Amino acid sequence: MPVKLVFLGRLEDAAGAAERYVAAAETLDALIAALEPELAAELRQDRIRLALNGVLRRPGEIEALRDGDELAFLPPVSGG
Amino acid sequence: MAADVRLLAESFDPGAEISTFAAAHPSAGGIVSFIGQVRVEEGGGESEDAVEVLELRHYGPLTQPAMEELADRTLGRWDLEGLLIVHRTGLMAVGEPIVLVVAAARHRREAFAAADFAMDHLKSESWFWKRQKVAGVWHWIEPREQDFADIARWA
Repeated sequence: MPVKLVFLGRLEDAAGAAERYVAAAETLDALIAALEPELAAELRQDRIRLALNGVLRRPGEIEALRDGDELAFLPPVSGG
Repeated sequence: MAADVRLLAESFDPGAEISTFAAAHPSAGGIVSFIGQVRVEEGGGESEDAVEVLELRHYGPLTQPAMEELADRTLGRWDLEGLLIVHRTGLMAVGEPIVLVVAAARHRREAFAAADFAMDHLKSESWFWKRQKVAGVWHWIEPREQDFADIARWA
């Protein structure tokens, strides 16, 4: 089972879908670099937060992405 | 005392929720409620830039746990008799309720402050993403500067 990416908010439009499955990668950088350049640039913005398997993580805390992992990209929120 | 925190995919009746909550907290002398609803934009429902429908998205693993954590923080900060937080997800029409916060306390000041605190944090820190459909086209709503200024009051 590959790595599941989840795109929240406007990132869904940038990715063209709310979810996507991609191949496992040795680093977060490698995983993002394998995506379309425009999408990769969006995902690398400082204000995008990350959750790995349901837990918030800083980019530096994420090591290899394994099959079965779920990585969510979270842009600034707008609730209420 | 645990707060009542609900993430709902279907429409709800804030008036009925407030009545039930008030009846369940007879020791509270003051109950403060806030209802957020889908607003008609300038020009009203007939103009070309009128909102047709609003959608709130959430992320299952984060959204409800963070709402519960916010409720716990609110309870820890003020002396409350009860706290209810209801937040919608999914599609909503103009006039439909989006969020309800109800705080009950022995005296009113605590209830006002707690509801205000919970609402500011729901707006700018909770895991929701909002988009609206105008003239047939969806637009994502970005947070406003005012939302960040509001939350900074509580630091």
